[in-house]
Amino acid sequence: MSTSPSPRGTSSRGTRWLGGLTLVGMAALLLFALVLSPADAVQEETVRMMYVHVPTAIVAFTAFFVTLAGSIVYLWKRSEWWDVTAHASAELGAVLLGATLVSGMLWGRVTWGVYWTWDARLTTTALLFVFVLGYLAVRRLPIERDRRSRLAAVVGLLLGPTTIVCHYATTWWRTLHQGPTISRLDPQIDGLMLFTLMLGMVVFGLLYAWLLIHRFRVLWLENRIEDLGLDLALEERRREATDGGPLVTTS
Amino acid sequence: MFRDAALIAGKDLRLEARARVALNQAAPFALLVLVLFAFALDPDRGVLDRAPPGLYWVAVLFASLLAVQRAFAVESADGVRDGLRLSGLDPAGIFLGKVLAVSVQLLVLEVLLLVGVVVLYDADPGGLALVVPTCLAATVGLAAAGTLYGVLAAGLRVRETILPLLLLPVVAPVLIAATQAFEAGFDDRIGEGWRWLGLLALFAAAYLGLGLLVFDTLLEDG
Repeated sequence: MSTSPSPRGTSSRGTRWLGGLTLVGMAALLLFALVLSPADAVQEETVRMMYVHVPTAIVAFTAFFVTLAGSIVYLWKRSEWWDVTAHASAELGAVLLGATLVSGMLWGRVTWGVYWTWDARLTTTALLFVFVLGYLAVRRLPIERDRRSRLAAVVGLLLGPTTIVCHYATTWWRTLHQGPTISRLDPQIDGLMLFTLMLGMVVFGLLYAWLLIHRFRVLWLENRIEDLGLDLALEERRREATDGGPLVTTS
Repeated sequence: MFRDAALIAGKDLRLEARARVALNQAAPFALLVLVLFAFALDPDRGVLDRAPPGLYWVAVLFASLLAVQRAFAVESADGVRDGLRLSGLDPAGIFLGKVLAVSVQLLVLEVLLLVGVVVLYDADPGGLALVVPTCLAATVGLAAAGTLYGVLAAGLRVRETILPLLLLPVVAPVLIAATQAFEAGFDDRIGEGWRWLGLLALFAAAYLGLGLLVFDTLLEDG
């Protein structure tokens, strides 16, 4: 990494292609979601919310799965690559999950009449969001990097069981008392709607991959700067000692 | 491992017996939470009559934060943590010992709180066959998750703020399950409570297992 000439950004030929593809895909998604796909029979125009809401949710969960995997591999092999991947993925997952929650609230306001309902899936998602914020707080702790990575990896590892237990607890919690309040989408989803939804997933997947690579590179470079700073400080101390600075006067 | 656990638990409980921090500070705090809830949910409006199980477990949750912080505060002074690491005790044993000590303190507190909700909120813990095992399972789960995050946060400058942020979302299922089980127990609908008890037991088992696996890694840092 340090041998390459100082880069002017974190992009490379590959990420530029990926970025271009993502932007084109976004434009296509907008076209299909807002213009070409038909309105729903029941939900009418509001169904278009789905093309953002569902893909961001699915990609966010994928991102957390990557974080979980990265945490496990880091604890096992102590590989910096996986540590940085887990970190970058969690950040993007938090952003995407935030988008899921916001779009879901807006969608809920128009279809159910409320921003929030204590449905099992909503509650699990909200808890997961807070939990990931905790993970990111650990990532920002002002401590030695190795130690921070270890702590974050353990928190990331706990992401798995926590989500599973949360899911069961909230599902039982809500299904014991009342029937499902969400009107499920009609299973016989229109062909064009299905295509748009699939397109949304692909596009948000591309967006995730694109941003993940950039975020990974930024974090990696930050680590290098930290190492460099440490090396410089060591060098300075050493020079101070050999040049006979004021600290090493022996009486 | 179990001998080490008994040593650590014995040490922590002896410390508690002499300093009485949990009894003199955490328990009154938990009771105070019960009283504050009465101010928030005016007793005359009938909300308080339906709320005791939930309020009870919220109070326990807050008190467990104090108990966990205390459990690692006693290790932070005078390099005790390094001593603990160098002692040759099995890390898994240290984890179990800490969980045991926190559990015992929480159980004492829960008995006091139970008296509190009976006296203050006029609750009727009729289904003891469900209430007692619920307390046991929920407490072990809280203590195991708390010990795990407690050791993680211990020694950090931001430990007081990061522990609640990490721990409370994780133990939210305990709050849900224990509250539901208590509601079933208080209303003599014991049959409905068993699945919640099962979930609590699963939670406790999962966090005990994870703690045994990763406590070693977390104790390395100090």
